Amino acid sequence: MLAAIGVQSMDDLLLDIPRSLRLTALELPAGLSEHETMSQISSLAARNRVFPDRLTFRGGGVYRRFIPALVAAVTSKPEFYTAYTPYQAEASQGTLQAIYEFQTLIAELTALDVANASLYDGATAVAEAAMMAHIHTGRNEVVVAGYLHPEYLEVLRAFSEGRGIKVRKGTEPGPKTAAVIFQQPDFLGLLVDAKTLTESAHAAGALAIACVDPISLAILAPPGEYGADIAVGEGQQLGLTPSYGGPHVGFISCRRELVRRLPGRLIGTAYDTQGRRGFVLALAAREQHIRREKATSNICTNHSLCALAASVYMTYMGPDGLRQVAEVSFKRAHALSERLAALPGWEPAFPERPFFSEFPMRVPKGAAVIRKLARKGILGPLDVHRWFRELKGVLTFTCTEVNDARALDELVAALES
Amino acid sequence: MTELLSFEKSRPGASVPRLPDADVTAPEPSQLLAPDLLRSKAPGLPRLSEPEIMRHYSRLASMNYSISGQFYPLGSCTMKYNPVVNEVAAALPGFAELHPYQDTDSVQGALELMWRLEHALCAVVGVERVTLQPAAGAHGEWTALRMIQAYHHSRGDARTEVLVPDSAHGTNPASAALNGFHVVEVKSGPDGRISLADLESKLSPRVAALMLTNPNTLGLFERQILDIAEMVHATGAMLYYDGANLNAFMGICRPGDMGFDAVHMNLHKTFTTPHGGGGPGAGPVGVKADLVPFLPTPTVERTNGHFTLDFKRPRSIGRVRSFYGNFGMLVRAYAYIVAMGGDGLAQASRDAVLSANYLRKQVENDLEMPHEGPCMHEFVASAHHLAHDGVRALDIAKALLDRDFYAPTVYFPLVVPEAIMVEPTETESKATLDAFAAAIKEIVAQARTNPQALHDAPQSLPVGRLDEVAAARRINAYLQGHSEDPVLRWEPVQK
Repeated sequence: MLAAIGVQSMDDLLLDIPRSLRLTALELPAGLSEHETMSQISSLAARNRVFPDRLTFRGGGVYRRFIPALVAAVTSKPEFYTAYTPYQAEASQGTLQAIYEFQTLIAELTALDVANASLYDGATAVAEAAMMAHIHTGRNEVVVAGYLHPEYLEVLRAFSEGRGIKVRKGTEPGPKTAAVIFQQPDFLGLLVDAKTLTESAHAAGALAIACVDPISLAILAPPGEYGADIAVGEGQQLGLTPSYGGPHVGFISCRRELVRRLPGRLIGTAYDTQGRRGFVLALAAREQHIRREKATSNICTNHSLCALAASVYMTYMGPDGLRQVAEVSFKRAHALSERLAALPGWEPAFPERPFFSEFPMRVPKGAAVIRKLARKGILGPLDVHRWFRELKGVLTFTCTEVNDARALDELVAALES
Repeated sequence: MTELLSFEKSRPGASVPRLPDADVTAPEPSQLLAPDLLRSKAPGLPRLSEPEIMRHYSRLASMNYSISGQFYPLGSCTMKYNPVVNEVAAALPGFAELHPYQDTDSVQGALELMWRLEHALCAVVGVERVTLQPAAGAHGEWTALRMIQAYHHSRGDARTEVLVPDSAHGTNPASAALNGFHVVEVKSGPDGRISLADLESKLSPRVAALMLTNPNTLGLFERQILDIAEMVHATGAMLYYDGANLNAFMGICRPGDMGFDAVHMNLHKTFTTPHGGGGPGAGPVGVKADLVPFLPTPTVERTNGHFTLDFKRPRSIGRVRSFYGNFGMLVRAYAYIVAMGGDGLAQASRDAVLSANYLRKQVENDLEMPHEGPCMHEFVASAHHLAHDGVRALDIAKALLDRDFYAPTVYFPLVVPEAIMVEPTETESKATLDAFAAAIKEIVAQARTNPQALHDAPQSLPVGRLDEVAAARRINAYLQGHSEDPVLRWEPVQK
C-alpha cells in the first residue's frame, strides 16, 4: 500500500506532525486476546454486588422492572445497534421508522402533539425544556416547584448558568418567569397538583413543564390532559437495565405551537417519486449541523438505541399491559406502605399526600435500617436526607411488578427482626 | 419493500402479555386518587402479539445499512467495526444490574473500571484528569466550555467570545452559543489549515477559547499547532480540542502535548462503542491542571486501593447529567482499550492513516482533491468538476448506496464546494478499499455517459430519494394550523 501511495515508509505520511510532538509509545499495557480481555473485565464485574430485582426497593429515578426478552432480541440486532445516525435516509429506513414510532408512542403517552427522537436522560431533558421556554418567552428565569430530582436540578442549574438563566425554587411564577417546572410524581414519589401548577404558570404568561414517570402515565393524568406545554422524562423504566445509571433515554414532547423550539432530531414522513412512504429527518433547520450557533440545541448524537428499546417495550405491553404494570406497582406500594407504617416508630413522612409507586417513610435510625437490609440481601430504601436537609430520617421505598408478594413479606420480616 | 407502522398493524383483539398480578390487598388507584389526577383516555399504543412485533422489527432491521453489514467511508464520524465482545462485557449482570444509588462499597468493580478508563484516556490524550460524565460529543464540548468559562470567571475575567474555524463541526458553535458565548469565525487559508493571520486578528482579551479539531475536518494536520497554542495562550485564552478526529494519531502524538487545555473524545467514534443508529454515545472530556478544580461532580478517586465518589468539589461546574455518565458505553470502551493495548491503539491509528492515503490515491484521478496530501485518517474530495454534467456530490452518495456502500459525508466541511469526505478507518481491508475505489470510478464514468441514472439512484433500497421539500411544506402547514396531518407522528385516519 505504501508503494501504491508513492512513499517509502509510514513516517513519510506523518511529516506534518512536528518531531517534538512524536511519541515512542503509549503508557498502556500491551493488548490482550478476547479471552483474556473478558476474564479481566469479568473480574471487575465480579467485584460488584448485584441485588436480586425482587429484593430491590430502591428507586430515586432508576427502577428494576420486568424487561421482556424481546427487547434485547431486537436491540442486539447488528442492523440496529451498529447503524449510523440516519443521515442517508434510503439506507436507514429501519432506524427512521422505529424512531418515528417512538415519537408517536411518547406523544400518545404524554397526550401532547409531537415528541422528538430522544435526549440523553431525564436530567438533560428538563434542562432542554427550560431552554425551550427561555427562547419561546424571552424570559430569563425558571421556577422549580416541589421535589424535583436533585440531580435533574443540578443539571438544570449547570445548563442555565452558562446562559444567564436564573433557577428559583418556589411555586409562584412572576413576570420574568419563562416556565414552571414540576415532577409528577415528584422525587419522593408524591403526587403534586399538576393542574394548579400548570394554571399558575399560564396565568403568569409562563410555560408549564411536567417531568413525568412514563409508567405512571398508564394511570395518571398525562401532561396534555392538564394543559402542560412540554412533557419530559426519563425512559429507563421502558425496557432498559439500571446499568449503574446509563445509558438510558430522555424524552420530550410538546404542543404544536412549540415544535420549532424542540431540540434534537425529529423524524417525519416523506414520499419518493413512486409514491412510496418513507421516513426522513425533518425540520433540520433547527439543528446544529445547519444552524450552527443559532441552533435550538447543540445535541447531535442522542439515545436512539435506547429509544428503540423503549418502543419495543411499549409495543409489547400495549395499553393494557402498561396499565397492568402500573396498577400492580401502585397496589404493591400501597400495601407495603400500610405494613411499614405499622412498624414501631415508623410513619409516612407526608401522610396527607397521595403517591404512586414510591413513597417516603420517616423512620428511626435510617442508615442502620439500610445496612441491616443489605446484610440480608435486600437493596433497601433510599436515604433522601443526603439531598434535602429538612428530610432527616426520611427513606423512600419503591415497588414494581418484580417485587412479588413474598418479597414484600421478606422485607417486612427483615425489618422486624 | 416497505413496512407498515406498528400502529397500522394494531389489532384490537391481540392478546395482552401475561404479567404478574398484584397479589396483595390494596385499593384501586381510582379509590385513592382524585379524578383530576387520573388519566381519562388510554394512550393509543398498538396492540400486537409477540411474533408480530418480532417480525415487524426484523423487517425494519433488514432495511438498515450498518457497520456489521457495510463499509461506511464516513468522514469525521469514524465508523469502525464494533467488536462483539464489547457488547458481552456491558451485558454482564455485574454491570447491567447495578443500581446507581448502591453504596460505593458494593460497586468497587464499576468504580475501578471508571478509574482505569479515565487513566487510560489520560495516557492517550495527554491530560491530567478526565470526566466520563458527558453523554455525547456535543455534550462534552459544552461541558469543556462550561469549565473554561468557570475558570475565567474564577479569575475575575469575564470573557465573552469563542473562536471557531470555518471548517469546524456545527456542534462547536452551537455548544459555545449554549454557554452564552459570542461565536467568532476564523478563516482557513488556501492550504486548508487555519489562517494564522486571521487568528491573530481575532484574538483579544475578550476571547475565552479557540475550538480546534486536529487533524482538521479536511483531514489535514495543523502543522503550526505549537505556534497556534502559543498565540492563544499569550492572550490568556484556552485551547479546546474537538476529539472527532482523534483516530488519526493515537500513540503517535497527543493533544495535551500540543498545548490543548481541554480535550473531548467520542467513545462511539474512536473507541468502538456502537453508534446505535444515533446513540447512545459517550463524550468524556480531559483537562489540564488549571481546569481540574472545575470538573463535574462526582469524580472517581482511589485511596489505598479503595474507590470512592468525590462530591465535595467546591469549584466544580456541577453535574452535566444524572449519575455517572453512560456507564454501559464506558464498559464497552474499556474492553476495547484492554483488548487493543497501547501497541494496538497506535497500530490502529497508523493503519487508519495508511488506509486513507491509499484510498485517496486510488480515487485522485476520478475526484478533485482541493488540498495537497498526504492526509491523515481522512480526506476531503470534491465533485465540483462533475457539475457541468449536472452531477452533484449527493448523486454520488446515492449511487454508492446502490453499490452496497454507505455514503461518505457530503457537503461538509462547508469550505469545500460539493465536498465528499472519506474516512475509511483501520478496520477495512485493502480489498474493501479497492472495491470502493472501483465503485467511485464507475460512478464518475457514469456521470459522463448517463447522469440520469445517478439522479435516479438509489434504486435497490426500500425507497428511492424521498421528497424532503414536500415533507417540510406539509410540516409547515401543520405548524401553521392549515393542516391536521402532523407528519412528525402517526395519527388514526378518522381524526
